[in-house]
Amino acid sequence: MTWIFDNWERFWEVTAVHLRLSAVPVLIGFVLAIPLGWWASRSQTARTVLFPFANILFTIPSIALIVITPVVIGVKILDEINVIVPLTVYTVALMIRSIADALSAVPGNVIAAANAMGYRPFKRFLTVDFPLALPVTIAGLRVATVSNISMVSVGALVGLGGYGQLFTEGYQTDNSPKVFAGLVGTVVLAVLADGLLLLVGRLLTPWARVGR
Amino acid sequence: MIEFRAVTKRFEDGTIAVDELDLTVEAGTITVFVGPSGCGKTTSLRMVNRMIDPTSGTILVDGKDVLTVDPPTLRRGIGYVIQQAGLFPHRTVLDNIATVPLLSGWDKRKARTRAAELLEIVGLDPNFGKRYPAQLSGGQQQRVGVARALAADPPVLLMDEPFSAVDPVVREDLQNELLRLQAELDKTIVFVTHDIDEALKLGERVAVFQKGGHLAQYAKPQELLSAPANDFVASFVGRDRGYRTLTFLHAEVPVHPVATAKLGERITVTDWTLVVDEQNRPKGWLSGVDGEVEVNERDLVSGGSLYDGSSLRGALDAALSSPSALGVVVDDAGAVSGVVRADDVIQALAKARAAGEVPR
Repeated sequence: MTWIFDNWERFWEVTAVHLRLSAVPVLIGFVLAIPLGWWASRSQTARTVLFPFANILFTIPSIALIVITPVVIGVKILDEINVIVPLTVYTVALMIRSIADALSAVPGNVIAAANAMGYRPFKRFLTVDFPLALPVTIAGLRVATVSNISMVSVGALVGLGGYGQLFTEGYQTDNSPKVFAGLVGTVVLAVLADGLLLLVGRLLTPWARVGR
Repeated sequence: MIEFRAVTKRFEDGTIAVDELDLTVEAGTITVFVGPSGCGKTTSLRMVNRMIDPTSGTILVDGKDVLTVDPPTLRRGIGYVIQQAGLFPHRTVLDNIATVPLLSGWDKRKARTRAAELLEIVGLDPNFGKRYPAQLSGGQQQRVGVARALAADPPVLLMDEPFSAVDPVVREDLQNELLRLQAELDKTIVFVTHDIDEALKLGERVAVFQKGGHLAQYAKPQELLSAPANDFVASFVGRDRGYRTLTFLHAEVPVHPVATAKLGERITVTDWTLVVDEQNRPKGWLSGVDGEVEVNERDLVSGGSLYDGSSLRGALDAALSSPSALGVVVDDAGAVSGVVRADDVIQALAKARAAGEVPR
């Protein structure tokens, strides 16, 4: 812990990078997964294509994906894109399933009622289907966020990676307090992000916790 | 008015859900579509607001071919009540009711005022407005479902097995409430059910559907009971047809005086005596003791159903279910006004039949 207080500025700097590298992929991945999840919730064909594909993506080790990304998309090795792209891929792979399940779980008679009231499809999705899918979607988003926060560190292998930098540097210089600082930072960030999403979820879905 | 003209619905797998349906639903009436599952009653209903489009034929609502109107616009002009209410769980009761007005572009305040008004019309406490559907009982949810369908004051109301998921006592409340509402609102209502008793109770006209999407009979309820068109209709309307026909007869039945006594009184019981409370409301029967006795709650034999002048069925049931074979007649306040005998009901029926009041 003393390392953190002695190197306050450096610690904040890597924290900011870590936060950015994990939050941006979650946001982009979430937005991309919404139409894909919607498609998967409606079409059997989409499910047979998307679900196995998403599973395969998710089984690729993060190290491999991060190392190979610069080669595939051809950007400079130190560009943050090299971490953002693979983590976005993981988020999409994880969220397609969550969103598809969440949308499929919206009760059929509620959908039928919405149609019978005269909703047009897009407005129905935005104001009925999607809000009702939020509790399950947010649960998926929490898993994706926490897993992203832990995986960012792997980016240290290509010279990026927030707290991951503290791991590699600490390891190379035999500085275990530095490694420990990175570990504490990762855990605290994950817990805070998870708590924040939980809170946002509760505020957005007050109806989900009322009983008789 | 809703007209079905040679309407057929054939699904992709080849099954015929509705077969050449010709039927006119009169404006301002409750018309019930009844039949076993798979008879095409719900498909027929859903073709009215284009939740399903017919394979061939025409459906006219107030003279206008529904296929010429874009579905969302058509649906906003037709109320719809679905099974188990289908309320939006993420919206408060008030916002649920305001759905169609808001979709039709009313401003928020006007829509909410209208929603609050409807909450009262369907008999719910204004406090319910801020609750979520999950905080309501099944019966209350379905009242909200009816309110939501009525919000934009559509002339036509489609009701798709609305009361099938609630218990029998609540169902009867909801049915009575619907009849009360309809007396005030005078909508053109199409009501789908698989329950023949519900159909006979609510329908001014009843369309009985048969497997394969055939319309077996379209008639007034008493006609279905007294003159079923074929064996299917006869078996579908079920047992006790003769008895149930009495529901639709309101002939005069002679009311006889009856000996009454109050609790605590000392009387000499010779025959059946009706014990009443201070407001002259029936409490039970007393009989079979010799000599003078004090009227005691313990000795009472509880009575049968009460006859409030509704129909011959009520009169006969009161007489048959009473331990004394005398059916207790009560007035609007519930006070005893006399008794009826089963023989008199049978005679009243014979008279009504002779006068041609019983449909053949």
